[in-house]
Amino acid sequence: MATDHSRVAARFMISPAVLLLLGWMIIPLSMTIYFSFLNYNLLSPGMEEWIGFTNYEYFLTDPAFFAALGNTLLLVGGVLLITIVGGIGLALLLDQPMWGQGIVRILVIAPFFVMPTVSALVWKNMFMNPVNGLFAHAAKALGFAPFDFFAHAPLFSIIMIVAWQWLPFATLIMLTALQSLDQEQLEAAKMDGARKFNRFFHITLPHMSRAITVVILIQTIFLLSIFAEILVTTNGGPGYASTNITYLVYAQSLLQFDVGGGSAGGIVAVILANIVAFFLMRMIGKNLET
Amino acid sequence: MLSNKTDYRKLLMTLLAWSVGLLIFFPILWTILTSFKTEADAIASPPLFLSFDWTLENYTEVQERSNYFRHFWNSVVISLGSTVLGLLIAIPAAWAMAFVPAKNTKNILMWMLSTKMLPPVGVLIPIFLIFRDTGLLDTLTGLVIVLTLINLPIIVWMLYTYFKEIPGEILEAARMDGATLWSEIIHVLTPMALPGIASTMLLNIILAWNEAFWTLSLTAAKAAPLTAFIASYSSPEGLFYAKLSAASTMAIAPILIMGWFSQKQLVRGLTFGAVK
Amino acid sequence: MKYLTRAIASATVIASMFTTSAVADKLTIATVNNGDMVRMQKLTDDFAAKHPGIELEWVTLEENILRQRVTTDVATKGGQYDVMTIGTYEVPIWGKKGWLVPLNDLPESYDVDDILPAIRGGLTVDDKLYAAPFYGESSMVMYRKDLMEKAGLEMPEAPTWDFIAKAARAMTDKKNETYGICLRGKAGWGENMAFLTATANSFGAKWFDMDWKPQFDSAAWKKTLSFYVDLMNETGPPGASSNGFNENLALFQSGKCGMWIDATVAASFVTNPKDSQVADKVGFSLAPDAGLGKRGNWLWAWSLAIPAGTEKSESAKKFVAWATSKEYLELVASKEGWANVPPGTRASLYANPEYAKVPFAKMTLDSINIADPTKPTVDPVPYVGVQFVAIPEFQGIATTVGQQFSAALAGNSTVDQALTNAQRITERAMKKAGYIK
Repeated sequence: MATDHSRVAARFMISPAVLLLLGWMIIPLSMTIYFSFLNYNLLSPGMEEWIGFTNYEYFLTDPAFFAALGNTLLLVGGVLLITIVGGIGLALLLDQPMWGQGIVRILVIAPFFVMPTVSALVWKNMFMNPVNGLFAHAAKALGFAPFDFFAHAPLFSIIMIVAWQWLPFATLIMLTALQSLDQEQLEAAKMDGARKFNRFFHITLPHMSRAITVVILIQTIFLLSIFAEILVTTNGGPGYASTNITYLVYAQSLLQFDVGGGSAGGIVAVILANIVAFFLMRMIGKNLET
Repeated sequence: MLSNKTDYRKLLMTLLAWSVGLLIFFPILWTILTSFKTEADAIASPPLFLSFDWTLENYTEVQERSNYFRHFWNSVVISLGSTVLGLLIAIPAAWAMAFVPAKNTKNILMWMLSTKMLPPVGVLIPIFLIFRDTGLLDTLTGLVIVLTLINLPIIVWMLYTYFKEIPGEILEAARMDGATLWSEIIHVLTPMALPGIASTMLLNIILAWNEAFWTLSLTAAKAAPLTAFIASYSSPEGLFYAKLSAASTMAIAPILIMGWFSQKQLVRGLTFGAVK
Repeated sequence: MKYLTRAIASATVIASMFTTSAVADKLTIATVNNGDMVRMQKLTDDFAAKHPGIELEWVTLEENILRQRVTTDVATKGGQYDVMTIGTYEVPIWGKKGWLVPLNDLPESYDVDDILPAIRGGLTVDDKLYAAPFYGESSMVMYRKDLMEKAGLEMPEAPTWDFIAKAARAMTDKKNETYGICLRGKAGWGENMAFLTATANSFGAKWFDMDWKPQFDSAAWKKTLSFYVDLMNETGPPGASSNGFNENLALFQSGKCGMWIDATVAASFVTNPKDSQVADKVGFSLAPDAGLGKRGNWLWAWSLAIPAGTEKSESAKKFVAWATSKEYLELVASKEGWANVPPGTRASLYANPEYAKVPFAKMTLDSINIADPTKPTVDPVPYVGVQFVAIPEFQGIATTVGQQFSAALAGNSTVDQALTNAQRITERAMKKAGYIK
């Protein structure tokens, strides 16, 4: 039904967005690729020389790399798991009749508005600090020894902080999906004597699958490049216990000022992100097909 | 009176939902409370909840140390600027994708989203060099450009999913009546898409406001937004919980208040096509 | 020809008069968010009164972010800053590369010879001063006199590590949240590695031998790290592996530490009754040794430098001279008392009888004077720097090594593992940088 005229117009309308993003991607990326083959330390400018794949060799054989790869997956997976399960639970709860639903919703979505830096600072100092943090006070009041979160469970602590920030987003999406559920269908199932449990798994959950996909897609995009929370809380440590790929690349290029090594790391991260993107897109593509 | 089973259930749900809500909100509440304490009260053991001497001295101190209003203004300019610019570029693109889909539309969309997965630190040095050579370092213009670009994929996609839900028949009817492309967009599409646009705008403002990597790396003094303001409090100097809390409250309050007031609009369009 | 030159010269004079008088010069100053710097920001009215044509713009940042931003800026000639706060690690490296404006033409009244020789030496490259020290520091032991007395011990003026360990054990009372010793554990070349490198010097360890071969496989390093980890596990506070200078300061101020070995500047914070709950109970002594002739104290100076790219170097020099002048010290003294004056830069300050009354003045000066960046270790080494190695690669390597040591402290790896990893990391990096084959 689309005319040739509107097809041309459509191309014309898409092109600014496409061209800008293309430029945004290709120009810096090609510079990064070029840098990744140089021995380029920011502190020794003018001494750059072509060294082939040496930077890649060093980056990929760095024990930190594998630790970071695992941490990245754990971080993304852990946060997704918590926010999806928690989001569905919260959405079901918020969907119930109650007094003051509006206010509860306001309370629940608040963390989404908080800057990652601020939330990491607040959690680190005022809650998880083993001497003056609120958790330490609580532990002492109950007669336990305070738990040192960032020394003994650094990745877990970061997952918790990030999950707190993203839980509202997941909840909101799930809630909208839930509210669009056909009540008649549920009623019918009730009539048929389907138990609550079964109703949830056979009607509600399938209905929410699109919402879940959306949450996975959007959050993965942001979670792959989690950075501020790590910088503020653990600096990737102790050891490499909470270093993810993004942080590793940051450490290479801005703590060690090894632009060559950092660029090689950046390119590796881009390739990995594309692999993730590929699978994600296929999955999403299937689920969002209309 | 609570007379029947439904009412008891409602009461139970209310209690449960409120406790969960308060639990989730508690870190923010605690930060706000602490910002009114003295440093000594802030680390008192056992912690003081409400019974402390309320003071504003942390706010005075923070304002003395850093020019809050300038950072605030920069944040406003950057978030609004990048959002408006982003919408101007994204609305036509999303419109075209939704109503005149071509074979490769899906692929383009997915490719756009995948650019968002690239780790920003991988391209920091190149961008820094480009900015230096174009004189964009530490300028609001530069930040608006970068934030527009990094959030563009999300905007396009969100609008696309929203536009797609608008039934095509309406547009065809308008077209039958002889509406031109532009009047179709302005008179028919825009009113229907307004909730989606509003919610996209809100989400984007939030994302831009909270973006901390580029805003920190590409600014010094003139264009530094609130993320840079908070960076000067990110490590303690002696007792610092109360000051940190005051600075944090000041950094998040504007966006939190905006978010609360517009949450209905935000929620309405925040579906990403998740609802069928 | 002569006429032309004169015309150009006078035009330049007129132009420069025009720029200085009519257009206010706006200086962008990047600085670190510690107490002395924040105080300086509050005192800028004095500068504004003396130099009405110059406006100041502050960028206050946490140390690591500051370092990342100024380094990126200076190395790429970004030109975003006119004055940068940097340390004794950066100055020699940047000065040698010509990234900084030499400060040899400071006015007579500035009295550059008054700057303490140890500090001045660290900021000088090829006889040119490249940065003016805002405050200088070494490290020393700060301890609680009341707790020491309670433990039945007396702190010598120059303790050994054995005594420190003994005292820490005696003072620890974990039930009441009193921890015998607080030390840095947070990973970072300027955090735990500053402390550990300086400590290692006193145990006879070193980073590199004369052929730049890393030395973490040596017995001396093993002794250093085991001593540190054992002592901290037994007597340190919980969460030590994420404690840096500021966290420990908070702990000490709230009365939770018996001893704390750290920067001498901390002395004025822990004795300030406004912030510290133990202000009147603090004693000081030199950093410990192990009888090998070197003490575990470092040398550092936060200094103001002018990047070579700036067009406002004349105004910037005026600011640097103001902020590091004798008059500035007097200004702080008149507003906040002598104890809060930025310490460790000028001999005249220590000759001042008013300042001599400050309880930590002498110990600070003694600590600075015994630090020797040119001969930091027991054995000869190819590098300068007490708690760092003044090569560009150091901060990257040391931060990664710091992660390993932090993990050992947290109990996530053993001392041996941490040292093996440190050795491997350093070898890799030195190979990549071309120091060793």
